[in-house]
Amino acid sequence: MKRTAPMWVIAENRSRGDRTMATLTRPPLPSADKRWMIVQGTMRKHGYSRNALIETLHTVQQSFGFLDKDAIRFVAASLQIPPSQAYGVATFYHLFQLRPPGRHTCQICLGTACYINGAERLMGHAEKQLGIQAGETTPDGEVSLLSVRCVGSCSFAPVAIFDEQVHSYSKVDGLDAQLKAWMKP
Amino acid sequence: MTATPAVKTFVIDGVDASARSEQTILSAAREHNIFIPTLCHLEGLSDVGACRLCLVEVKGARRLLPACTTRVEEGMEITCNSPRIAAYRQMTLQLLFAERNHVCAVCLANRHCELQSLATSLGMTHVEIPYRFPSLSVDISHERFTLDHNRCILCTRCIRVCSEIEGAHTWDLMGRGIQSRVITDLDQPWGESDTCTSCGKCVQVCPTGALFQKNRTGGQCCKDPSFLPYLRTMREEP
Ligand code: SF4
Ligand code: SF4
Ligand code: FES
Ligand code: FES
Repeated sequence: MKRTAPMWVIAENRSRGDRTMATLTRPPLPSADKRWMIVQGTMRKHGYSRNALIETLHTVQQSFGFLDKDAIRFVAASLQIPPSQAYGVATFYHLFQLRPPGRHTCQICLGTACYINGAERLMGHAEKQLGIQAGETTPDGEVSLLSVRCVGSCSFAPVAIFDEQVHSYSKVDGLDAQLKAWMKP
Repeated sequence: MTATPAVKTFVIDGVDASARSEQTILSAAREHNIFIPTLCHLEGLSDVGACRLCLVEVKGARRLLPACTTRVEEGMEITCNSPRIAAYRQMTLQLLFAERNHVCAVCLANRHCELQSLATSLGMTHVEIPYRFPSLSVDISHERFTLDHNRCILCTRCIRVCSEIEGAHTWDLMGRGIQSRVITDLDQPWGESDTCTSCGKCVQVCPTGALFQKNRTGGQCCKDPSFLPYLRTMREEP
């Protein structure tokens, strides 16, 4: 079987002015889902530049709530970036989620002010209670546990955010009650 | 027409020396037969400063600098070997050993491993840092090669050779900090990679027993990255 050069090689050669290589074709949308058009829009806005990777992954996450492998493969192929490199970027930043979020989210701020005021104890308790690590979702898909860095409410430290609701001066008891309420009996 | 390269003069381990301005401290040192240990550096690949074994002292700099990514500058006073540096290098090696599962006695690369031979030549006799003993996987899905994460030191040589020389860019690094791992394509089994051409370059450049050929016993596990400078030269524009 004759192998064609990988797309990023073609792209690199082209940017060096090589016109002899095959022309680039963009991959088809992964499905008929309208949200892919939004993703494509972001890439088009940036002229399909490789620098648009993070921006595009943001759009995917905003539109779908998380990044799955099909999405990363599609974005990588569209921007002519090696899939492994795109995957590396997606897993490097805490902001990107590779799994669907749970029904509820518990965010605990581990910024400096909250940390000093015992946020680590809150996180430790939540992890134990839910049986998962920060950044993960319970196997039943009910609760996602996330750590965030300073949400700008330092004077209310430590801060926890249950779904959209900000809780000031959080204590283990309050956290415990909220998690219990969310967890299926 | 090529401009004449600027020449920098400096002092390295007490010797007056000179080098072209684009040279790194490492290449200048090697030209002057001064030993600097390296792990992630490999002749023919770009340098990334990943292993920190090549740290040297530069007078006036507030911290130690990696020789492989620092360019020579006029008037630099460089110390490549001192008790302080020796202590740092030993510490770096110990950290590398403690991070994953380096049990040389049962490793296929035993006696053909750059990490092991550096430990010997730098006089590292034991590891004071507690071993982490992480449980890591071994990928045997490729028909010819095996990846053992337990022996990987994240030097990124495989990533660079696959991207810069083979042009396949099958490898990359995922995650960050202690969670970092080398991956093929979308963190899928190597054997299912769409981009790998099975050229074997990554296996040849891997300094440890993390990448090796299947069906080889210990003695046959030698690696030979000498093809690299040759390939580079032959590909250079006429
Ligand atoms: S065998 Fe060749 S193409 Fe495959 S991962 Fe290794 S260097 Fe890349
Ligand atoms: S697999 Fe080998 S070459 Fe690749 S990063 Fe790990 S130790 Fe380095
Ligand atoms: S550190 Fe938690 S809100 Fe600022
Ligand atoms: S050789 Fe310089 S940091 Fe690895």
